[in-house]
Amino acid sequence: MPDLTVKRRRPLWFNLSPLNLPVPGLVSIFHRVSGALLFLGLVAFLYLLELSLASESGYAQAGDLLRAPAVKLLVIASIWAFLHHLCAGIRHLFLDIDVGVSLHAARRSALIVLVVSLALTASIAVRLW
Amino acid sequence: MVNRVIVGAHYGLKDWLAQRVTALVMLAYTLLFLVVWPRPMSYASWNALFSQGWMRFATFLMIASLLIHAWIGVRNIWMDYVKHTGVRLALQVATILWLTGCAGWAMQILWR
Repeated sequence: MPDLTVKRRRPLWFNLSPLNLPVPGLVSIFHRVSGALLFLGLVAFLYLLELSLASESGYAQAGDLLRAPAVKLLVIASIWAFLHHLCAGIRHLFLDIDVGVSLHAARRSALIVLVVSLALTASIAVRLW
Repeated sequence: MVNRVIVGAHYGLKDWLAQRVTALVMLAYTLLFLVVWPRPMSYASWNALFSQGWMRFATFLMIASLLIHAWIGVRNIWMDYVKHTGVRLALQVATILWLTGCAGWAMQILWR
Protein backbone atom coordinates (compact mmCIF):
# COMPACT_ATOMS: atom_id res chain seq x y z
CA MET A 1 0.00 0.00 0.00
CA PRO A 2 1.62 3.29 -1.06
CA ASP A 3 1.68 6.10 1.47
CA LEU A 4 -0.79 8.63 0.00
CA THR A 5 -0.34 11.20 2.75
CA VAL A 6 3.26 11.79 1.76
CA LYS A 7 2.28 12.20 -1.88
CA ARG A 8 -0.49 14.64 -1.01
CA ARG A 9 1.91 16.86 0.88
CA ARG A 10 4.22 17.36 -2.10
CA PRO A 11 4.57 21.07 -2.86
CA LEU A 12 2.63 22.28 -5.89
CA TRP A 13 4.19 25.30 -7.49
CA PHE A 14 1.93 26.76 -10.10
CA ASN A 15 3.64 29.83 -11.46
CA LEU A 16 0.67 31.76 -12.81
CA SER A 17 2.49 34.95 -13.73
CA PRO A 18 1.38 36.06 -17.22
CA LEU A 19 4.90 35.73 -18.59
CA ASN A 20 4.80 32.04 -17.78
CA LEU A 21 1.49 31.42 -19.58
CA PRO A 22 1.37 29.57 -22.89
CA VAL A 23 0.40 31.85 -25.80
CA PRO A 24 -3.32 30.86 -25.84
CA GLY A 25 -3.50 31.70 -22.12
CA LEU A 26 -1.89 35.07 -22.78
CA VAL A 27 -4.39 35.81 -25.57
CA SER A 28 -7.21 34.76 -23.25
CA ILE A 29 -6.27 37.07 -20.36
CA PHE A 30 -5.57 39.93 -22.79
CA HIS A 31 -9.04 39.33 -24.27
CA ARG A 32 -10.49 40.01 -20.82
CA VAL A 33 -8.19 42.95 -20.07
CA SER A 34 -8.86 44.57 -23.46
CA GLY A 35 -12.61 44.08 -22.99
CA ALA A 36 -12.45 45.79 -19.59
CA LEU A 37 -10.44 48.67 -21.13
CA LEU A 38 -13.01 49.07 -23.91
CA PHE A 39 -15.80 49.16 -21.33
CA LEU A 40 -13.95 51.96 -19.49
CA GLY A 41 -13.33 53.77 -22.79
CA LEU A 42 -17.02 53.70 -23.76
CA VAL A 43 -17.67 57.02 -22.02
CA ALA A 44 -14.87 58.70 -24.00
CA PHE A 45 -16.11 57.14 -27.24
CA LEU A 46 -19.67 58.47 -26.76
CA TYR A 47 -18.38 61.87 -25.58
CA LEU A 48 -16.19 62.27 -28.68
CA LEU A 49 -18.97 61.09 -31.00
CA GLU A 50 -21.32 63.66 -29.49
CA LEU A 51 -18.75 66.46 -29.60
CA SER A 52 -17.69 65.73 -33.19
CA LEU A 53 -21.29 65.71 -34.46
CA ALA A 54 -22.51 68.68 -32.43
CA SER A 55 -21.05 71.52 -34.50
CA GLU A 56 -18.13 72.62 -36.64
CA SER A 57 -16.31 73.96 -33.55
CA GLY A 58 -17.12 70.79 -31.59
CA TYR A 59 -15.58 68.74 -34.40
CA ALA A 60 -12.41 70.88 -34.26
CA GLN A 61 -12.36 70.61 -30.46
CA ALA A 62 -12.59 66.80 -30.64
CA GLY A 63 -9.72 66.80 -33.15
CA ASP A 64 -7.56 69.00 -30.89
CA LEU A 65 -8.34 66.78 -27.93
CA LEU A 66 -7.30 63.63 -29.80
CA ARG A 67 -4.05 65.26 -30.91
CA ALA A 68 -2.86 66.04 -27.35
CA PRO A 69 0.15 63.74 -26.67
CA ALA A 70 -1.24 62.25 -23.44
CA VAL A 71 -4.59 61.53 -25.12
CA LYS A 72 -2.77 60.05 -28.12
CA LEU A 73 -1.25 57.41 -25.83
CA LEU A 74 -4.74 56.54 -24.58
CA VAL A 75 -6.02 56.41 -28.18
CA ILE A 76 -3.22 54.01 -29.13
CA ALA A 77 -3.95 51.86 -26.06
CA SER A 78 -7.63 51.82 -27.06
CA ILE A 79 -6.75 50.86 -30.63
CA TRP A 80 -4.70 47.94 -29.31
CA ALA A 81 -7.56 46.91 -26.99
CA PHE A 82 -10.03 47.09 -29.89
CA LEU A 83 -7.83 45.16 -32.34
CA HIS A 84 -6.81 42.50 -29.83
CA HIS A 85 -10.41 42.02 -28.69
CA LEU A 86 -11.56 41.84 -32.32
CA CYS A 87 -8.88 39.33 -33.43
CA ALA A 88 -9.22 37.19 -30.30
CA GLY A 89 -13.01 37.29 -30.73
CA ILE A 90 -12.80 36.09 -34.35
CA ARG A 91 -10.48 33.28 -33.22
CA HIS A 92 -12.98 32.42 -30.48
CA LEU A 93 -15.84 32.19 -33.00
CA PHE A 94 -13.83 29.74 -35.11
CA LEU A 95 -13.02 27.64 -32.02
CA ASP A 96 -16.77 27.64 -31.20
CA ILE A 97 -17.55 25.96 -34.52
CA ASP A 98 -14.71 23.46 -33.96
CA VAL A 99 -12.27 25.04 -36.40
CA GLY A 100 -8.65 24.95 -35.23
CA VAL A 101 -9.21 23.20 -31.92
CA SER A 102 -6.13 20.95 -32.05
CA LEU A 103 -3.37 22.05 -29.67
CA HIS A 104 -1.01 22.90 -32.52
CA ALA A 105 -3.60 24.92 -34.48
CA ALA A 106 -4.87 26.71 -31.36
CA ARG A 107 -1.33 27.74 -30.36
CA ARG A 108 -0.58 28.96 -33.86
CA SER A 109 -3.82 30.99 -34.14
CA ALA A 110 -3.21 32.50 -30.68
CA LEU A 111 0.25 33.64 -31.81
CA ILE A 112 -1.28 35.10 -34.99
CA VAL A 113 -3.85 37.05 -32.90
CA LEU A 114 -1.12 38.42 -30.63
CA VAL A 115 1.22 39.40 -33.49
CA VAL A 116 -1.40 40.74 -35.93
CA SER A 117 -3.09 42.99 -33.36
CA LEU A 118 0.27 44.33 -32.14
CA ALA A 119 1.54 44.88 -35.70
CA LEU A 120 -1.66 46.69 -36.77
CA THR A 121 -1.54 48.81 -33.61
CA ALA A 122 2.10 49.70 -34.32
CA SER A 123 1.38 50.66 -37.93
CA ILE A 124 -1.56 52.87 -36.89
CA ALA A 125 0.46 54.37 -34.00
CA VAL A 126 3.27 55.35 -36.38
CA ARG A 127 0.78 57.06 -38.69
CA LEU A 128 -0.95 58.88 -35.81
CA TRP A 129 2.24 60.23 -34.31
CA MET B 1 -31.01 12.16 -24.03
CA VAL B 2 -31.31 12.09 -20.28
CA ASN B 3 -34.63 13.59 -19.33
CA ARG B 4 -33.81 15.76 -16.35
CA VAL B 5 -33.85 19.44 -15.52
CA ILE B 6 -30.53 20.71 -14.19
CA VAL B 7 -31.26 24.42 -14.29
CA GLY B 8 -34.49 26.12 -15.22
CA ALA B 9 -33.44 29.52 -16.43
CA HIS B 10 -31.13 28.64 -19.36
CA TYR B 11 -29.55 32.06 -19.01
CA GLY B 12 -26.12 30.53 -19.55
CA LEU B 13 -26.91 29.45 -23.11
CA LYS B 14 -28.84 32.64 -23.87
CA ASP B 15 -25.92 34.80 -22.77
CA TRP B 16 -23.40 32.63 -24.59
CA LEU B 17 -25.40 33.02 -27.80
CA ALA B 18 -26.06 36.74 -27.24
CA GLN B 19 -22.33 37.32 -26.76
CA ARG B 20 -21.64 35.76 -30.18
CA VAL B 21 -24.53 37.35 -32.09
CA THR B 22 -23.69 40.83 -30.78
CA ALA B 23 -20.02 40.20 -31.67
CA LEU B 24 -21.03 39.44 -35.27
CA VAL B 25 -23.16 42.61 -35.44
CA MET B 26 -20.19 44.69 -34.27
CA LEU B 27 -17.87 42.91 -36.72
CA ALA B 28 -20.29 43.70 -39.59
CA TYR B 29 -20.47 47.35 -38.46
CA THR B 30 -16.66 47.57 -38.33
CA LEU B 31 -16.44 46.37 -41.94
CA LEU B 32 -19.24 48.76 -42.97
CA PHE B 33 -17.48 51.66 -41.22
CA LEU B 34 -14.21 50.94 -43.05
CA VAL B 35 -16.13 51.23 -46.35
CA VAL B 36 -18.23 54.35 -45.61
CA TRP B 37 -15.67 56.22 -43.44
CA PRO B 38 -15.28 59.64 -45.18
CA ARG B 39 -11.91 60.30 -46.78
CA PRO B 40 -10.77 63.05 -46.49
CA MET B 41 -12.32 63.64 -43.07
CA SER B 42 -14.03 66.97 -42.43
CA TYR B 43 -16.93 68.15 -40.30
CA ALA B 44 -19.13 68.39 -43.41
CA SER B 45 -18.48 64.82 -44.60
CA TRP B 46 -18.57 63.35 -41.06
CA ASN B 47 -21.85 65.11 -40.29
CA ALA B 48 -23.31 64.15 -43.68
CA LEU B 49 -22.51 60.47 -43.01
CA PHE B 50 -24.26 60.53 -39.63
CA SER B 51 -27.30 62.41 -40.94
CA GLN B 52 -28.14 59.44 -43.21
CA GLY B 53 -31.00 57.42 -41.76
CA TRP B 54 -29.35 54.05 -42.44
CA MET B 55 -26.08 55.14 -40.79
CA ARG B 56 -27.93 56.19 -37.63
CA PHE B 57 -29.84 52.91 -37.67
CA ALA B 58 -26.67 50.81 -38.19
CA THR B 59 -24.71 52.76 -35.57
CA PHE B 60 -27.49 52.36 -33.04
CA LEU B 61 -27.64 48.60 -33.71
CA MET B 62 -23.87 48.44 -33.15
CA ILE B 63 -24.11 50.41 -29.88
CA ALA B 64 -27.06 48.33 -28.64
CA SER B 65 -25.04 45.17 -29.40
CA LEU B 66 -22.03 46.68 -27.66
CA LEU B 67 -24.05 47.38 -24.50
CA ILE B 68 -25.41 43.81 -24.33
CA HIS B 69 -21.94 42.40 -25.10
CA ALA B 70 -20.38 44.64 -22.44
CA TRP B 71 -22.99 43.62 -19.87
CA ILE B 72 -22.20 39.91 -20.28
CA GLY B 73 -18.44 40.48 -20.27
CA VAL B 74 -18.35 42.86 -17.31
CA ARG B 75 -20.79 40.69 -15.34
CA ASN B 76 -18.43 37.73 -15.89
CA ILE B 77 -15.54 39.79 -14.53
CA TRP B 78 -17.53 40.73 -11.40
CA MET B 79 -18.59 37.08 -10.93
CA ASP B 80 -15.00 35.84 -11.23
CA TYR B 81 -13.24 38.32 -8.95
CA VAL B 82 -15.76 39.85 -6.53
CA LYS B 83 -16.59 37.23 -3.91
CA HIS B 84 -18.68 39.38 -1.55
CA THR B 85 -22.32 38.96 -2.66
CA GLY B 86 -23.47 42.44 -1.63
CA VAL B 87 -20.56 44.21 -3.31
CA ARG B 88 -20.99 42.09 -6.44
CA LEU B 89 -24.72 42.85 -6.61
CA ALA B 90 -24.03 46.57 -6.20
CA LEU B 91 -21.43 46.47 -9.00
CA GLN B 92 -23.76 44.52 -11.29
CA VAL B 93 -26.64 46.93 -10.67
CA ALA B 94 -24.32 49.90 -11.27
CA THR B 95 -23.15 48.31 -14.53
CA ILE B 96 -26.74 47.79 -15.75
CA LEU B 97 -27.73 51.35 -14.84
CA TRP B 98 -24.64 52.81 -16.54
CA LEU B 99 -25.17 50.79 -19.73
CA THR B 100 -28.88 51.65 -19.86
CA GLY B 101 -28.00 55.32 -19.47
CA CYS B 102 -25.48 54.96 -22.31
CA ALA B 103 -28.24 53.55 -24.55
CA GLY B 104 -30.27 56.73 -23.99
CA TRP B 105 -27.22 58.92 -24.50
CA ALA B 106 -26.40 57.14 -27.79
CA MET B 107 -29.97 57.67 -29.08
CA GLN B 108 -29.75 61.35 -28.18
CA ILE B 109 -26.41 61.67 -30.03
CA LEU B 110 -27.61 59.88 -33.17
CA TRP B 111 -31.08 61.46 -33.48
CA ARG B 112 -30.33 65.05 -32.49
